[in-house]
Amino acid sequence: MAQEKEPIPTSATDAGARPKRRTLLDRHAILEKNATLLLVFSFLVVTIGGAVEIVPLFYLQNTIEDVEGMRPYTPLELTGRDIYVREGCYVCHSQMIRPMRDEVERYGHYSLAAESKYDHPFQWGSKRTGPDLARVGGRYSDEWHVDHLHNPQSVVPESVMPKYGFLEKRMIEGEYVADLLKTHRLVGVPYTDEMIENAQADFAAQADPDSDYDGLQERYGLKAQVRNFDGAPGVSEADALIAYLQMLGTLVDFSTFTPDASR
Amino acid sequence: MSNDLKDKHGTTGHEWDGIEELNTPLPRWWLWTLYACIVWAVIYSIAYPAWPMIKSATPGFLGYSTRAEVAADIAAVETSQAGINQQLASAELTEIAADGDLNGYAVSQGGAVFRTWCAQCHGSGAAGAKGYPNLLDDDWLWGGDIEAIHTTVSHGIRNTEDDDARYSEMPAFGRDELLEEEQIDQVVNFVMSLSGTPQDAGKVEAGALVFEENCAACHTEDGTGDREQGAPNLTDAIWLYGGDYATLKETVTNARFGVMPAWAGRLNEAQIRAVAVYVHQLGGGE
Repeated sequence: MAQEKEPIPTSATDAGARPKRRTLLDRHAILEKNATLLLVFSFLVVTIGGAVEIVPLFYLQNTIEDVEGMRPYTPLELTGRDIYVREGCYVCHSQMIRPMRDEVERYGHYSLAAESKYDHPFQWGSKRTGPDLARVGGRYSDEWHVDHLHNPQSVVPESVMPKYGFLEKRMIEGEYVADLLKTHRLVGVPYTDEMIENAQADFAAQADPDSDYDGLQERYGLKAQVRNFDGAPGVSEADALIAYLQMLGTLVDFSTFTPDASR
Repeated sequence: MSNDLKDKHGTTGHEWDGIEELNTPLPRWWLWTLYACIVWAVIYSIAYPAWPMIKSATPGFLGYSTRAEVAADIAAVETSQAGINQQLASAELTEIAADGDLNGYAVSQGGAVFRTWCAQCHGSGAAGAKGYPNLLDDDWLWGGDIEAIHTTVSHGIRNTEDDDARYSEMPAFGRDELLEEEQIDQVVNFVMSLSGTPQDAGKVEAGALVFEENCAACHTEDGTGDREQGAPNLTDAIWLYGGDYATLKETVTNARFGVMPAWAGRLNEAQIRAVAVYVHQLGGGE
């Protein structure tokens, strides 16, 4: 069958064997034979491809959902978040509830993009050795978190999580927390000058229910939880981490906010 | 080089020291697979959300979205269970156990809810842990009949999120200097004597006096506790935090303040009732 066919013309670039007409492929040969030109055009192609895929994400209505209730992390929560990152919690815990029935039934409402808009970097994770933590806030008591960080197996015998009891003993004062807020402002988190000025005071106030925390709640909203999270005097790393865990996923009120199903 | 092949396919025109490159065409099956993929990609990008336009991406003629899909999945399950959930949510709590089908549904549904939301504290087998009550025995802090369990699950205990949460607070007798060190020592010995052997039998009598004046109001005079206030029974040798001397001393000195979240906002009425029925039938239900 194939043998009966006309021989396929020799190379497209082999102009001698073909009629004298410059085809697109002939022009392409110019690129193939000039390394610098090839490089320039390759970059051009990648740039266009990238722009087409990335640019729409910044302006399409359905990729920039506006969600009520989001606020920047308080200084104490942000410190807790740093501890979360430092201890590598994201290696075993995701913070991304996918839109599937089994996940929604186990962890709560699926995560919205806007819920990690103040996360730099985001903590979506890629593997679940432990459960998802996107909505762990309020699910357990502070005391449970203290027990659980201290010795996870004391409350969940099946758990393979390591012990983090040392966090209770490491006292922190938040002397650099204003700088931390500034850094986050640099990458786009809308911390105001007032928030940065009062960062260390807010840091201390949130872990002390006997303090004057009106300013904190004025700046971060009434949902900012003020408690002695670890139940011990002073502010420890456990306080900060538990403050962070207890607010995860609690900012958006899904009894009043219904995400657009077409997104 | 075989001249047959050269005649058949020709060459690319490339030649190095007499070595020529055959211009063998791509295999037909490969070429058609490529074309099929291109056609598939075009159809796919028309069927599903794909091309970015001015305000939104093209929605695709299938109208697919993951959010709509998960909402439909959940709605399908809810519809299929709507009848029995409705029945469960509106039944008299005390009559659920007697209704075979409803009880069977409530127990298996409640078991699933329990393992998802409750097992982290109370244990996957409901045997509890230090500070988190065992739900298998008949020692209840706030009551073990179905209605009491239902209230506890709905509103929780000593949390700040629910105004109807069960609440009581034991004074920190040592920390707040309500009792002397010596009195604490005595009352701990008395409490130990209620269900076992005190550390120092000589202090029991003095401890009984301290108990009567400071503890009996909640734990009652004979130490059997008061469920209205979640004051534990101290005579049954069942301990939430431990019944040894050191633990009891810590309890009297700094008090305990166990917190349980309210579930009314997270679970629906049928789920709360299901888990209440599940816990009630574990063995300790009254």
